[in-house]
Amino acid sequence: MSGGFGEVTVSGHLHVSSESKEPYDDEVLETLSAEAEQVIARYPQKRSALLPLLHLVQSVDGYVTGRGIEFCAGVLDLTTAEVSGVATFYTQYKRHPNGEYTVGVCTNTLCAIMGGDQIFDTVSEHLGIGHDETTEDGMITLERVECNAACDYAPVVMANWEFFDHQTPESTTALVDDLRAGKEVTPSRGPSRVCSFKQVSRVLAGFSDGLADEGPGAGAASLRGVEVAKREGWQAPPSHSGSQATEEEPSAAGASVSGQAAGRHDSVNAPTNEPDETPTGEDAQAAEATKLADDDNKDENTPGEGE
Amino acid sequence: MATQLTPILTKFWDHPQSWTLATYEDNEGYQALKQALTMEPADLVQMAKDSGLRGRGGAGFPTGMKWGFLPPDDGGPRYLVVNADESEPGTCKDIPLMMAAPHFLIEGVAITSFAIGCNHAFIYVRGEVVHVYRRLLRAVEEAYAAGYLGKDIQGTGYDLDVTVHAGAGAYICGEETALLDSLEGRRGQPRLKPPFPAVAGLYARPTVVNNVESIASIPPILLHGSDWFADMGTEKSQGFGIFSLSGHVKYPGQYEAPLGITLRELIDMAGGMRDPSKKLKFWTPGGSSTPIFTDRHLDVPLDFESVAAEGSMLGTRALQIFDETVSVVRAVSRWIDFYKHESCGKCTPCREGTWWLAQVLERLEHGKGTPEDIDKLVDICDNILGRSFCALGDGATSPVTSAVKYFREEFEVGCHTPWWEAFPPEASTLFNQRSVKVNA
Repeated sequence: MSGGFGEVTVSGHLHVSSESKEPYDDEVLETLSAEAEQVIARYPQKRSALLPLLHLVQSVDGYVTGRGIEFCAGVLDLTTAEVSGVATFYTQYKRHPNGEYTVGVCTNTLCAIMGGDQIFDTVSEHLGIGHDETTEDGMITLERVECNAACDYAPVVMANWEFFDHQTPESTTALVDDLRAGKEVTPSRGPSRVCSFKQVSRVLAGFSDGLADEGPGAGAASLRGVEVAKREGWQAPPSHSGSQATEEEPSAAGASVSGQAAGRHDSVNAPTNEPDETPTGEDAQAAEATKLADDDNKDENTPGEGE
Repeated sequence: MATQLTPILTKFWDHPQSWTLATYEDNEGYQALKQALTMEPADLVQMAKDSGLRGRGGAGFPTGMKWGFLPPDDGGPRYLVVNADESEPGTCKDIPLMMAAPHFLIEGVAITSFAIGCNHAFIYVRGEVVHVYRRLLRAVEEAYAAGYLGKDIQGTGYDLDVTVHAGAGAYICGEETALLDSLEGRRGQPRLKPPFPAVAGLYARPTVVNNVESIASIPPILLHGSDWFADMGTEKSQGFGIFSLSGHVKYPGQYEAPLGITLRELIDMAGGMRDPSKKLKFWTPGGSSTPIFTDRHLDVPLDFESVAAEGSMLGTRALQIFDETVSVVRAVSRWIDFYKHESCGKCTPCREGTWWLAQVLERLEHGKGTPEDIDKLVDICDNILGRSFCALGDGATSPVTSAVKYFREEFEVGCHTPWWEAFPPEASTLFNQRSVKVNA
């Protein structure tokens, strides 16, 4: 493992070395501060900017540094403990210097069975590193990743969070060799090249890199159903005549209706409740109604599925 | 009559520039929004209710009813938050939808926001899919430039801002209250309910949290009529949905069909099993959190009621197909590793129980289980199910209890023989190579 910054101890504690607390130089700090203002402006409450700001810190430092934590705490009026608590919760925030490329092999059940286990073992042996370790040249951080929502392309490997579909031990070995050699590598579904860890972190902070229009819209597996339907001549049923608009008397365009006025607030800095404020009165009654409805459907909130 | 596919959200994914505003507008894009802006918001809520659309994120709660739960306007803000944190093992429909045709979601967000009186909507997308995030940012940018978002949309005086927010790797953030905490810049841990998000959600304000596919289905419903939607599917599970086939079928992929289609029909459309000489062994109807099914369930209509009647859940229509080369003990053990890793640690039964399950399953994987281990697994599950804030722990018990129910003898073998002796792992792989070593 390179560096020696921010090693995680056996007990899982984040030990931040003094090097990672070296202050930013003035120029970097000025840019960071200006960009932090842009991030904060996207949200009604500034604490919401913390996740993107931690991505932004990684785009500068390559991992979540002690100084990065202090920076976030400073601009968001949080304690460093609050920021660290968040930074250590999410797997994409690195606690020690990350390689130029994170190569994540999906070893969740389906990909593992389709070959992900063999891919991980082969690449791990080839590079001489295990999960969450980085090659000595600082180029590759190898990870086992959880399901990345591309099961129809199994086994899947992610390189800096771009999709490499239908991988084999040989193809992923070639991928890491090419990345280490500095060759340009094209994902199966993504832009024309894999960007660096820092560049990708900057995108995740919400700063576009202009690559959205590159690459395919859908890969072969995504299109299977469309192809079958075309081959069979299947289509969705025709539109029903007399759709909503013709049934309804159009109201004055977007005017205030049933107490829901259009354009009430400037979205940024809209008045909001305190985060821990508890509702009373009408709201509380509505809560009861909601509760009853939810009790009818206990499974409403399966994690990872939403809704 | 055999069920036919109904390409609606997937219809033009094969267009070379399927994700752009221009392509979307060539395919009826934003016509529904223009129509919506002339309507009463309350009628839009009614339309969603009439369509019978049920949440496409797994639970199947009626979408229109969820909108209707918002308390009356008190003059303060209310929010729409789209759950785009698709992370359930096996689930892979929202990510390709946002990659190939993000404007369905953006238009749906605009219509829904107008319907519920929201002026600032959020799309929370998982951070591990950077190109999808790029496409969403670009789609929002295009929609602003075209006057579909922003101030005074289409000259109606209605304002809407949309923020696309990238997460940072945590399955639990797909749980709606954990998602809200995460969006507020905190650790993603579920909240105690009530209050429900409809009353005190984002920033303790009234909030609707909906799945990507639910919201993306709104423009076609508005454009073609709630009857059009309701006529598809079954009596209580109306409309269409994207079914995601993965694993041991010849052509894994996305198949958009009316609810109620069967796995037998879908496997047929997917070219049959990968190797016709290998039988289907087990499958998940809706991701790893839904109890597994076997070849006995090939003709169960994939709608909410029929799947529930057979003891599982429709979930996200994430059909992971495993043939007879696969060890069920290995599969379940790996899923439990996942839940153990993703448990947020807030509730003791889930935090500790998933670790215990993982330890017992590891013994069974290595052929070192004890005769008591199988009942112990079931007992631990009894003590997790229903005893935590959210459904993560509940979901963790699904593969265990259902696998013991259908394949108990395979767990018994785990008391003396490692799984890889009976189920050589190379036989299950896509590339069929000799395994380097077994990592269990």
